[in-house]
This record gives sequence, C-alpha cells and structure tokens, in this order.
Amino acid sequence: MITMAQALNTALRDALRADERVLVFGEDVGTLGGVFRITDGLTREFGEQRCFDTPLAESGILGTAIGMAMYGYRPVVEMQFDAFAYPAFEQLASHVAKLRNRTRGRVALPITIRIPYAGGIGGVEHHSDSSEAYYVATPGLHVVTPATVADAYSLLRRAIASPDPVVFLEPKRLYWSKAEVALPVQTEPFGRAVVRRPGTDATLIAYGPTVPTALEAAEAAGEEGWDLEVVDLRTLVPFDEETVCASVRRTGRAVVVHEAHGFAGPGAEIAARVTERCFHHLEAPVLRVTGFDVPYPPPMLEKHYLPGVDRVLDAVARLQWETA
Amino acid sequence: MTVLAETSHPLSLEPVQLLDEHGDPADGQVLPPAAQRLQMYRRLVVGRRFDRQAAALTRQGRLAVYPSSNGQEACQVGAVLAVRDTDWLFPTYRESVALVTRGIDPVEVLTLLRGDWHCGYDPYHHRTAPQCTPLATQALHAVGLAHAARLAGDDVVALAFVGDGATSEGDCHEALNFAAVYRAPVVFFVQNNQYAISVPLAKQTAASSLAHKAIGYGMPGRRVDGNDVLAVYRVVRDAVEHARAGQGPTLVEAVTYRMDAHTNADDASRYRTSAEVDAWRKRDPITRLERHLRAVGVLDDAGVAEIAAEAEDFAARLRERMNTDPVLDPMEMFRHVYAEPTPQLREQAALLAAELAAEAEAPVGGVEARA
Ligand SMILES: Cc1ncc(C[n+]2csc(CCOP(=O)(O)OP(=O)(O)O)c2C)c(N)n1
Repeated sequence: MITMAQALNTALRDALRADERVLVFGEDVGTLGGVFRITDGLTREFGEQRCFDTPLAESGILGTAIGMAMYGYRPVVEMQFDAFAYPAFEQLASHVAKLRNRTRGRVALPITIRIPYAGGIGGVEHHSDSSEAYYVATPGLHVVTPATVADAYSLLRRAIASPDPVVFLEPKRLYWSKAEVALPVQTEPFGRAVVRRPGTDATLIAYGPTVPTALEAAEAAGEEGWDLEVVDLRTLVPFDEETVCASVRRTGRAVVVHEAHGFAGPGAEIAARVTERCFHHLEAPVLRVTGFDVPYPPPMLEKHYLPGVDRVLDAVARLQWETA
Repeated sequence: MTVLAETSHPLSLEPVQLLDEHGDPADGQVLPPAAQRLQMYRRLVVGRRFDRQAAALTRQGRLAVYPSSNGQEACQVGAVLAVRDTDWLFPTYRESVALVTRGIDPVEVLTLLRGDWHCGYDPYHHRTAPQCTPLATQALHAVGLAHAARLAGDDVVALAFVGDGATSEGDCHEALNFAAVYRAPVVFFVQNNQYAISVPLAKQTAASSLAHKAIGYGMPGRRVDGNDVLAVYRVVRDAVEHARAGQGPTLVEAVTYRMDAHTNADDASRYRTSAEVDAWRKRDPITRLERHLRAVGVLDDAGVAEIAAEAEDFAARLRERMNTDPVLDPMEMFRHVYAEPTPQLREQAALLAAELAAEAEAPVGGVEARA
C-alpha cells in the first residue's frame, strides 16, 4: 500500500531521473522536502542544482520558472498552499497562460505548478482554498486534479511531460489516502474522465477531493434504492464532455459535487454544458452541491461548509424521482 | 559596507559621464575607438528617425498606440550594443529603438503596437523576449533565463529593461532579490525617464537614487548619464562582463528624460512644464555625440548628411511597408492556445470558421443581406 503523497514523490523522482531538463523548486522543497514532504529526498538524490529552495516569493518562483522554461528546462514549482499561490497569479495569467499565444506558438512553456489545495484537514485560514475556478477561467492552462493514488503518479508524470503549462492541484486531504499500486503506473491521458462506479439512476460528477465523497454517497444511496454512477473528471481543462454527457444521457440525472464556491464555480459551467447537450435526456435539472459562497470557514466550522455525503444524498433526493 | 567594498565601483550619486553636455570628454575617461563611436552615432540617428516615423504612423492611424523612445535613444542604443548576440534582451513596450538596434525588422517590432499580433518577431531567433506590458514581470523572466543558462554552462547574460515607475512593483524587488541570491548573470537596466505616465520619481521612491536600491540586495548599483551613449555603453558593458564572469547581477540606473508624452494618447502638459522639457532638450543625446565627433574630426557635414540619408531611407521603407493593411487569419486565434486544442476550442473554431465562410459568400453588406 502506498499513499498519494508517496506516489507524487515517486513521480517527481522518476521525472527527474528520466529527463535532465526537469527542475524542482519552491519554498522549503529542498532540505525539508516540502511542508507535506512531497519533495522529500529529491535534493539529496539529485543535488541542489535540480531541486532547490527559493527565496520566499511566489511571483518570483513562477516568474523565474518562465525564464528557465524559455531556456529549455521543464520547471516543476511548488506553491506551498492554495491561498499562497495568489501572489503568482499575475505571472500565471499574463505570461504562463499566454506566452505560446503571444508568440504565435514559438515559445512553449512546459511548466508544472503544483498546488496543495482544498480543505478538510483542519487548516486555519488561507490554508484550505479551492481556487480552481480562477485557473479554469484562464485559457492557456491545463488544470488537473487527481483523486486516486494511481492518477496522482500518472497525471503528474503527464503534467511534467506536457508541452503546455499545467496547474496541478493536489487535494491535501487525500495526501494520506492509500491504495495498492505498483509504480510506475500509467492511467488515462489528460482530457479523459473516468467512471469510478457504474450506475443507472443518476450521475455524480466530481473531481479531486470530492470523488471519495461521491463514491461514499453512491454506496449509501444504494441502500435507498438509487444506483448512482460516479464520474471523476481528473482534468478540468481539458474537460471531457463526451464521457460526462454519455453518462448523463444514460442516467438522465446529474449532480455536480465540488468544494469550490458554487457561484460561477466549475459546477456552473458543467451544469450548463450538460444541460445544453443532454437537455432531452434529462429527467430533472442538473443540481450542484458545492462549498457555500463564503470565505473558507475556520476549522471548527468546516464540516458544515464541505459538501458531505448527506448533502449529496439530499440533492439526489431532489432529482424529481416522482415523475419517473 | 562589505558589499560596497566588494564592488569595484563604489556607488556614487553622480552619474557616470564620458561626454559632458557640450560633447567634451570628461576628465580621465578613455573613450571607445572612433569607429565604434561613429557606429553609435549612426544607430542613434537611425533610432530617432525610426521613432519619429512610428509616431507619425500613429497619427495616421497605422498604429494602435506608440510609447515613444524620443530622448531615450542613448539608453537603448548604448545598452543593446553592450551585449552580445548570444545574450538575451527582456524589453518593455518602450524599447522599440532598442529592438531596432538589435537588428529586428522594424515592422516586426511594431506588430504589437499596430495590433495585428501580440509579438511580431521570433524570440529565439533574436534572443529577445516579447515586449512586455505588465510592469516589471519581465525582470523575473530575465533572472530565470540567466539562471538556466548558468545551470546549462552557457556564458549567456540577460539584460532586463525596467522603467523608473516599474521599480516600485513587487516583481522588480523579487527579481533583484532572486538574481542576487542565485548570483544570476543579469543586468537590470532602469531607464529613469523621470515619469511613470504622470507620476514623477519623487512619488515612486524615497531612496536617494534607484541605483542605491542595489545595496539592499547585495549587488553593485551604478548610475549613468542616460543621454550619454558612450557612458551607457561603458557601464552596461562592464556590468555584462561582470555577470558573464560569474560575479552576479548589477543594477544600472540610466538618468534620462522622456521628451514625448507617455504615449500618443497621453497629454504631458497636465503634469509637467515646457520649461522642464526645454531644459532636457539641451542635453539631447544625439547633438552631444555629434558635437564631439565633429570636434575630433570623425564626422563632418558630409558624414552627417550621409547618415541622415540612411535614416531617411530606413524610415521611407518602413512607411511604405506599414502603409498596407496586414492580412490576418482570424482562425489563428485558436491555433496557439495549447499544443493541441481542447474539444471546446475546436467547437468554437468551427463556429468562427462557419461565420467566416458565410461572410465570404455574402456580397458586400452581407449582414443586411442576411437580415
Ligand atoms: C502591472 C501594471 N500596472 C499598470 C500598468 C499601466 N502602465 C503602463 S505604463 C505605466 C507607467 C510605467 O512607468 P515606467 O515604469 O517609469 O516606464 P515608462 O513608461 O516611463 O517607460 C503604467 C502605470 C501596467 N502596464 N502594468
């Protein structure tokens, strides 16, 4: 059994071994191995030239990564926590996302931006944001978030090998989740969602930290007589409309589950797309179970904020079964 | 203290000058060879003529906007001539004359400002990053590239252009700090043209000079007369070679003046007096070098006329090429977002393609015809 954290660490190690252009840097990623130990042992094995601590400045980390990528390296940078990636947003939005376009494809930026994100670990404020809506609203970025140990490894390897920048969102609360996986492992490519649990009555659409929640809810729903399908998006950009819509056309009902704020969150986009494409197959409006539109609450209140199994089941119950 | 002692140039508030405002050599300074001085003069004259042509094209509606280099030619020419072709430039929107001096096709330099694409030239071909508009962000790219070159074992130096206002941006601070910690081969070249749009330097900083900021980062700072191309060349070249030798970054402040408004869209009379502008006119970088070159017999009326004719020719060719409408392919918008377009982008591209096809089929005034 290995943890998601170990899988990510092995992915970085294997990437550093496979390609000498790969560099890993950020705050405390060297000697310490990162505050979540995802880069543990990399400096020891590969030396300070390939895995190094930077001064404390997120814009500086991402801005220098751009210059390094322009010179042919493949930087993998760590933003220590979701809410501490905001200082780098200008570099991300104005340059990382746009340089290929600005230069008519002449300058590609193969940069991976690892961000531990989302809540559920009792972090005090600024340590639990689900910031994916900012990233998915920025054309030019791939946005990836694994929910399984195997995907953590495989998607990170693919992110590092990608010719385009990738925002790689690591669900903090799944760092210690475990699975029986032999590494290296290769899972589906970017842009492919996966049905984690087949079902016939409704589709739960989730990604990252809410995939286990959705699976748990599906198990519980079985007891109430609903057979739910769970789709794990894996990559928000590219978005796999085909798999999602195929599932919803089969089941006729859908609930999107994410931790990010609901208003103009990714669920709004997904619900709109599903409605546009599956309208005549739908038995009920597409519902969303999301974080509330409040700043992420203090740790003692987070259980009321996070979309949990009960809230998902309540939404499922509202899918107009009586008309069936 | 140790930092100042370590550097070979103790930081002085007095800008380095090789030629004074009358074109007389400053005491004890060894000037570059005559042929090189003449070459700099040529680049200055061509640079200014280009700049005036670009301003005229803007008035004719050929450019969307033009941030002029008028008055700052010595900074841009001197700095660019001080680096090798294998070194990298990280320019801002202001550096048109620098890019022309670098040898980039002037039409490609103006592509951004004409508005047919965001960057007209191939950054790898010219080792020049795209002109950067988000202030000071490019300084970090320069540091990253310089650090990468050093990791790769290449003796490449990065020259980052920054405006005086942009030194207040967080990215400028982060770039200086990263560069010093990494000992990256970067030269930060600040053109202090006294204003950030309307805001004068006194409202940007309480430091004695912008060059003084270097001390806090642990790197040498130099102040140079930005209207003296020989001095700019000397100071930047020293800093570049210092970096190339593995000695780390330098912050250079070139003291100059923006003779025109911030861009054609700005009205400089709202925030500065014509008396101030006139005082700077007396320090014109071209007049100064021309006086010197005439005094030492390197240049005469015929030489001046020949170089002016060359500049005229340069401008005429540019004018001619800019007087045609560029042909754009709207579908290109979708082509360079990702290496592989997403399914959603493919769908949107198909929508635009259908619109274009319908437009092509419809006669002139097709919109009404369809309605
Ligand atoms: C991050 C950012 N903020 C604001 C602007 C708008 N802006 C464009 S140029 C400019 C003034 C810059 O002044 P300075 O750095 O002195 O350079 P100069 O234009 O004088 O060459 C401003 C505020 C911008 N381009 N980027």
